[in-house]
Amino acid sequence: MSENEWQPKIVAFLCNWCSYGGADLAGIGRLQYPPYIRVIRVPCSGRMSPKFILGAFRRGADGVWVSGCHPGDCHYIEGNFYARRKFALLKNLLEHMGIEPGRLHFSWISSAESTKFARVATEVCEAVRALGPAKKFIKDLPEVA
Amino acid sequence: MLKYADKIRQEARDLLQSGEVDVFVGFRKGTIPMMNEPILIRDARDAEKLHWDSNCGINLANYLTKRKERMGVVAVGCHSRNIVTHIVENQISRDQVVVVGVPCEGMLDRRRIHELAGRREILEVLEEESGIVIRSHDFEQRHNKQDVLQENCAICIHRNPVIWDRLVGEAVKEQDGIDRYEDIRAVEAMAPDARWSFFQQLIEPCIRCYACRNACPLCYCPTCFVDESRPQWVGKSIDPVDTLTFHFLRAYHCAGRCTDCGACERACPVGIKVRRFTKKLEKDILELYGWEAGLSLDERPPLDRYRPDDPEEFIK
Repeated sequence: MSENEWQPKIVAFLCNWCSYGGADLAGIGRLQYPPYIRVIRVPCSGRMSPKFILGAFRRGADGVWVSGCHPGDCHYIEGNFYARRKFALLKNLLEHMGIEPGRLHFSWISSAESTKFARVATEVCEAVRALGPAKKFIKDLPEVA
Repeated sequence: MLKYADKIRQEARDLLQSGEVDVFVGFRKGTIPMMNEPILIRDARDAEKLHWDSNCGINLANYLTKRKERMGVVAVGCHSRNIVTHIVENQISRDQVVVVGVPCEGMLDRRRIHELAGRREILEVLEEESGIVIRSHDFEQRHNKQDVLQENCAICIHRNPVIWDRLVGEAVKEQDGIDRYEDIRAVEAMAPDARWSFFQQLIEPCIRCYACRNACPLCYCPTCFVDESRPQWVGKSIDPVDTLTFHFLRAYHCAGRCTDCGACERACPVGIKVRRFTKKLEKDILELYGWEAGLSLDERPPLDRYRPDDPEEFIK
């Protein structure tokens, strides 16, 4: 890969209890995955608001990845069950409005699944890279000194 | 629909006189054709001001929240569903409202009528058994009511009130064999780029007046997300991305609650078909969770509950 080649910027919202732990374990295990994700830790996937995802796209993210505990394993018992319904509607509506299907990803990754974390991270990065730089939903913010 | 007016006045007079309600929310005739306006009356003598015809598309459920007094309200099918939604969301209590139910045969699309009249001045729009008569200085036109209905009324499948305490007329026949989502499927069939330009064009005239939000009975948050500044989730400019963010989030906030009453579209000063956003969510919620808003006082709305086996094939 040449240095000038475009690299995707992907915002990853990881739940504190599972997916963030999974990312940690992937690091401890020295697992390799592409370096394009920027992690934001959220207390639960149920904390995710559509505003966070739109905000990431608006500020130029090429992809967004949201990951939480497997259904039934939520630290708060049912946060991810509620989140799942919100995500389904959100993804459908965003893609209905013309965002490419490969920009927005969701996954369930437990804190023990470091290999799944590395695999999904790779998949997400490849999917976003294949789409190229995001052109929709980006607001050009004026430079202020 | 005209025949209901007398009955509504009578019910309002009765309710106010008996002290059963403190305030009655209804419509009075607007000062220009096809623009009836909401009116709140507290005195039985004012019941004469109440009016009813096929231009009562403003959703009166919007005037019920944040009130302590007992209220009487006129409600057609969709508006009664919004009252149910208010009760389910604890914005009002069931015993606080007396619903005067009106079986509805659809409201008129004033934009369509202005178009048919060639954008000439309309002095009067009369409703007769045979149809609609548009009258002006120098011309008169007749149309079938079915041809000049608001889009949401033409595809309505809940014309009769869902809850009511008094009904002003016989229930009307519900429309069957209606395809509610033809327009949504047409957009779904497009490629992503075509859909993107479709929505860009759709919102292009938006001036961000928030009339769609203000007309909507679902929008009762103390602080709307568009007014939040720390953090500011949506810019206040008419930058296309900000505008799209606004329409996206407005629709998303109505997910599982919208009754497709059409108040938003009716209120839009530039004629944007904002229901294109809310209807997509309505369709998804019906398909994924089998839910239609405002039909039952006993069920929690779809985003306030879950099932262990909810669809999740989009999640890795």
